[in-house]
Amino acid sequence: MRRTTPFMRLAAVTTMAIIAASCGLGGSGASGVPQATGAVTLQVMNFANYMPEDIGVRFMAATGHDIQVTLTSSNEDAIAKLGASPAGTYDIAFITNPFAEGLNKAGKLEALDHSKIPNMSNLYPEATQIATDPGNKFSVPYSWGTTGICYRSDLVKETEIDSWKDLLEPSAELAGKITMMDEERWLMIPALKVLGHSANSTNADELSAAADLLIKAKSTLLGYDAETFYTKLDSGEALAVHAWDGWCNYVQDPSTMVWVLPPEGSDLFVDTMVIPKGSPRLAAAHAFIDFILKPENGQWVAENILYKVPNKAAMDALDPSLLTTYPNMAITPADLLKQESLRDLGEGQTRFSDAATRVKAAP
Amino acid sequence: MSRWRDGRLTLVPAFAWWAIFLITPIALVLVSSFFRRGTFSGVVYDFTLDNYVRALDPLYLGVLGYSVRIAFITTVICLLIGFPAAYFIATRSSARVRTALLVLVVLPFLTNFLIRTYAWIVLLNREGVINQGLRGVGLIDAPLDLLYNDFAVVLGLVYGYLPLMILPVYAALERLNPDVREAALDLGARPLRILRTVTLPLALPGIVAGCIFVFVPSLGNFPVPQLLGGGRRIMIGNLVNQQFLEARDWPFGSTLALLIIAILLILLVVQARALRRTREIGLDG
Repeated sequence: MRRTTPFMRLAAVTTMAIIAASCGLGGSGASGVPQATGAVTLQVMNFANYMPEDIGVRFMAATGHDIQVTLTSSNEDAIAKLGASPAGTYDIAFITNPFAEGLNKAGKLEALDHSKIPNMSNLYPEATQIATDPGNKFSVPYSWGTTGICYRSDLVKETEIDSWKDLLEPSAELAGKITMMDEERWLMIPALKVLGHSANSTNADELSAAADLLIKAKSTLLGYDAETFYTKLDSGEALAVHAWDGWCNYVQDPSTMVWVLPPEGSDLFVDTMVIPKGSPRLAAAHAFIDFILKPENGQWVAENILYKVPNKAAMDALDPSLLTTYPNMAITPADLLKQESLRDLGEGQTRFSDAATRVKAAP
Repeated sequence: MSRWRDGRLTLVPAFAWWAIFLITPIALVLVSSFFRRGTFSGVVYDFTLDNYVRALDPLYLGVLGYSVRIAFITTVICLLIGFPAAYFIATRSSARVRTALLVLVVLPFLTNFLIRTYAWIVLLNREGVINQGLRGVGLIDAPLDLLYNDFAVVLGLVYGYLPLMILPVYAALERLNPDVREAALDLGARPLRILRTVTLPLALPGIVAGCIFVFVPSLGNFPVPQLLGGGRRIMIGNLVNQQFLEARDWPFGSTLALLIIAILLILLVVQARALRRTREIGLDG
């Protein structure tokens, strides 16, 4: 879901400055100036450092089309940018699946023509069965993952960590040395799952019970952290953290890091590629998605961002030692699919937010 | 007449800035607060007062109350540290020392606020510099919990906003005519009495300005409770941030932002009255 480390964000600022300089700062080149006969400039919206740097050069060499990248800082930012621009401004957007689902419901995405994306065959069969878009009618998976618990095996001596309850009702050894994530959709997951409810619940009673559980757990937390928890593991301030799988891999010494996918269940998030409605460069946009699905691009994501990718050809090409160094890279597509896909909550969002706020505001 | 017109022209850049970057956004915030949340963020133009009703829920008033309390404590501590510092700089130091001290006061502004806040995490955490130092010299056995609590939040805010207290208080004290204090001394007033009946009332506009400069950004601050408070309790700024970025509820976020603006306006009225009182005494430098 989140894909930039603080360090990467600094790098992103630099990158943006360079891109702005090389594009003449305007970013108004949305008109797709033809380079040669039939060649266009694709307007691509993506998160910083989320695809190989030379992707534009290689795409140009392969197809003759150029790309211009607009960076987004979050899904909310991407949606705001899409909403504020006239149709046809963007040809490709990278966005997380519940947001893609919502955009499609609102009629804001183009249907995909699979005959123009032959590399779809590189995907795992599971990648075509995601609850937000079965059959990939409007979105193509780019990377995926889940959330769970990360802990320091060299410092945790007495506790066997194998459940969300180890965070919510910790042993004496762990008390005060736990962080949990405070982005509201993820904040609620451990409690909702322990109580046997859906991560997408908008039922007032269920949310209230989950909030009560989380408020009780507050007294044994070191703090909430959804951005730098791995540095707290490094320093030993925290012994166990609630974490996005990929981000666990950013600890300094992965050999002391253990990853747990709690048996009560967790979420599945999928970052996808979509074509916003009204793209005037549909053929090239399909060609771009097809190009991204080449194994070497998925491999780049796995090796550099340490995220799993739904691209079987890419995962098969990885050095097997990567999967042993970072055990959560080895979660199978079948196990990922067992987790609950986050959905857009629609009108229930307000109720969900209120419950999360009650947790955050409690003393 | 033409001179008057020229004078008016010089106001244009400031007025344009003010209109474009202050009035327009506040007007947008005000307008959005009366409408419904769009499914994909944004605003659905469907008039409602629900956002205001919701803002009065004890849940949100509680967050506001906590924020006011933290901002108030921060302001008092800044005043207790800032007034003596400004007093020294303005009245007791030579011109050269004064310049050097003023440079020191603004020096932290040369570094990004977030980076300075992260620095406190390095200092205060359980395995941090302070705890290791204290343990090293044998003063403590177990690490102190200096981080992720209200103490750390107030510390971070005081650290960040202290210069905003010192500078206006300094400006007020520096303007103060030394003859007035000398006259009080000649008339037999003791130093404490001079401070209470002469210096403080005359410095009041600066003190009130400093308090507002500290209180307002403290109230709306969201990185400090997040980073130094460990997100354990949110302040009103976090709530606004969260409504816009997570809940995608721009109208309710706007309503909460207006609450902060309303508090700011009340404080500005208080400031204006303090200023008028000083003028009425007729000793304003």
